[in-house]
Amino acid sequence: MSQTRRVYLDYSATTPVKEEVLKEMIPYYTEKFGNPSSLYTIGLESKAAIDKARAQVAGLINADPAEVYFTGGGSEADNWTLFSVANAMKTKGKGNHIITSKIEHHAVLHSCQFLEKNGFEVTYLDCEKDGTITPESLEAAIRPDTILVSIMFINNEIGTIEPVEALAKVAHDHGILFHTDAVQALGNTHIEVKKMGIDMMSMSSHKIYGPKGEGALYMRKGIKIPSFIHGGAQEMGKRAGTENLPGIVGFGKAAELAGENLDKHIKHCTDIRNYLLDQIKKNIPDVVVNGNMEHRHPGNANVTFEYIEGESILLLLDSFGIAVSTGSACSSKSLKPSHVLAAIGVPDEMIHGTIRFTVGDFTTKEDIDYVIDCLTKVVSRLREISSVNSKKGW
Amino acid sequence: MGLYNDTVMDHFMNPRNVGEIEDADGTGVYGSPVCGDMMQVQIKVKDDIITDAKFKTFGCGSAIASSSMATTMIIGKSVEDALEVSNKKIIDELGGLPAVKVHCSVLADHAIKSAIYDYAQKNNKTYKGLEGFDPNEDDDDEGATE
Repeated sequence: MSQTRRVYLDYSATTPVKEEVLKEMIPYYTEKFGNPSSLYTIGLESKAAIDKARAQVAGLINADPAEVYFTGGGSEADNWTLFSVANAMKTKGKGNHIITSKIEHHAVLHSCQFLEKNGFEVTYLDCEKDGTITPESLEAAIRPDTILVSIMFINNEIGTIEPVEALAKVAHDHGILFHTDAVQALGNTHIEVKKMGIDMMSMSSHKIYGPKGEGALYMRKGIKIPSFIHGGAQEMGKRAGTENLPGIVGFGKAAELAGENLDKHIKHCTDIRNYLLDQIKKNIPDVVVNGNMEHRHPGNANVTFEYIEGESILLLLDSFGIAVSTGSACSSKSLKPSHVLAAIGVPDEMIHGTIRFTVGDFTTKEDIDYVIDCLTKVVSRLREISSVNSKKGW
Repeated sequence: MGLYNDTVMDHFMNPRNVGEIEDADGTGVYGSPVCGDMMQVQIKVKDDIITDAKFKTFGCGSAIASSSMATTMIIGKSVEDALEVSNKKIIDELGGLPAVKVHCSVLADHAIKSAIYDYAQKNNKTYKGLEGFDPNEDDDDEGATE
């Protein structure tokens, strides 16, 4: 089917790089290519560009620039935290127990599973039906040998904003470090690491209209953990390897823009997302919205369409030029349904019919009208084909 | 750029033989929504020839395409010949499926056999191709051929 119209509703997967960001980056590929570790002029200029970017990222989360370490993305920041804290604490004899949740991103979950194979013990906290992880459940899981608590800031599938400030307090009351994967939160909610008591925080550039392959770990002053990538003295000796200079410059600019536009961005996304949800509920029967509507990622709408399967919905929407994602097992290489939707108690047959829409800065009301028009057709067409329906039930 | 080839996409976007047959001679249901796909196949049989077949499927693109292709492959065939339609033949007709999607074709194969099994039971018939076939067997990966 030839379609010229394209509507991208997967901003939580990645975002386009903003023009202003790209413009800042380009010179660092060509004339400003100096190695930031070199001592001549173009090297020092590169170093200055990285320092500027560090201050820009720090500004977005109210940290000191010296507390921001650039990495090759959010996953690296998660891996670095988990492996380095685990090893450092074990070496010091402080314990080998880690607490995380069942709804974390795989960068955290798979790292934890790897640690379990290497002698660490991990508790995976359950969440409430809306995806909230309560301070009480964390309190109950803490042991004398707990060395780290890692709970995500905003869930990537259902958009639930976790009570990180209260969770960090529980961890601190027991003298335990608190890490949060804030990849979905950065630029989508107000983050103040000091006020919130966050010790370590993972961030990613490509979710905030910056380039891919760049991220950062915030590490509170005073925390000393070993490097994850060994080699040169880059990133205050904490992350070796010649810096991804254009990537860092782009991340810095994207962070600056995200800070300037934060309230406007949140309002725009919330309005558009709510319009999308209202229109879905108005036009399509047998739908369920998953997650918490009050404490939620501004752009996230996670919807189950009963009696049909998500990959089919995704493919048909794609034929109309619309990009979304699904929690269905059929769309994953592992054929496993979403662990997040399972954790909040969505039955498997409903998980298969779940679609995540995430709107962003470039989504318009007209885009949503087009999506609703196509979605209504797609859902009714698949329901005509389906062997289950509202009359027969599951 | 697509997840599936053009033939699979054609059968997914424009599925043949969708629906139900009110006075079907045989009905087979296979799979479960819990597992992500469930298929119903119904057939009309006259003089041992399958004169019509209709399907309804809850499932992904390849499940719908496999159902559609499978029904086109059995219409006009004798019952015994229809029983020869294996998941491998369905995949071949579709021009291939991604490895993780092979079970969708097995599902179509089983749903057809279940419909014929139902017809055979109701009409006291036995077919060589049904020997050892259990419509309630729940492992839909059994016998999968890539």
